[in-house]
Amino acid sequence: MSSAVLKIRDELLRRIHAHGVETYPHECCGALLGRDGAGSREALELVPLENRRNDSPRNRFEVTSDDVRLAEITAREKQMELIGWYHSHPDAPARPSEFDREHAWPWYSYIIVSVQQREPRETTSWRLRDDRSAYDSETIESAAHSAKR
Amino acid sequence: MAVKVIIPTPLRPYAGKQESVDLQASTVAEALVGLTTRFSELKKHLYADDGRLRSFVNIYVNDEDIRYLQKEATDLRDGDTVSIVPSIAGGARAA
Repeated sequence: MSSAVLKIRDELLRRIHAHGVETYPHECCGALLGRDGAGSREALELVPLENRRNDSPRNRFEVTSDDVRLAEITAREKQMELIGWYHSHPDAPARPSEFDREHAWPWYSYIIVSVQQREPRETTSWRLRDDRSAYDSETIESAAHSAKR
Repeated sequence: MAVKVIIPTPLRPYAGKQESVDLQASTVAEALVGLTTRFSELKKHLYADDGRLRSFVNIYVNDEDIRYLQKEATDLRDGDTVSIVPSIAGGARAA
């Protein structure tokens, strides 16, 4: 099976990295808004959100259901879809953890940025398999300018 | 009671690609049983192995989170809308 592809402008990736640096050593999180068509998915806007996990924000993040509803409303207002989420792994690889897998749904794109010593390093994207057994890597296609909106 | 269950985009592939499902149910629990009976593929995404709703799966009746009502025993009335809303959680490594 060919890898799924997520298109995203460089500027949005830079904003995700900046968010991860800003909240370091805590995890950052946010929503990806965009369009999902036949075999083509593009992130067009970000909604940076507050990490609600005050007890262990260095290695956990949570977006509350109220914040998810807010992100969904924002997407509808912009005639987009809520296509996924991003979060950072401070001083840890950009690989989904078992905890990530247990708290995910298929279909969404999950971008992870590794922030090492306040420097954004690797950025990856993942989709959960239908049977919830594992994540598959999603190819990130970034470009200076997005495709026609 | 005739109620409408809104299916979030990621779960639509497991619910006949429908945005919403009309059901007869008098409580939230009945609505969820009706939904997962009709679309059994939804079960693994809504329920953990112990049969409870997954910790990140939240149910709203109209605009109220059922945690602040009577949870799954919350009564439904004709015309109510039941929404399935995830909270998004994750993290780098074991706590």
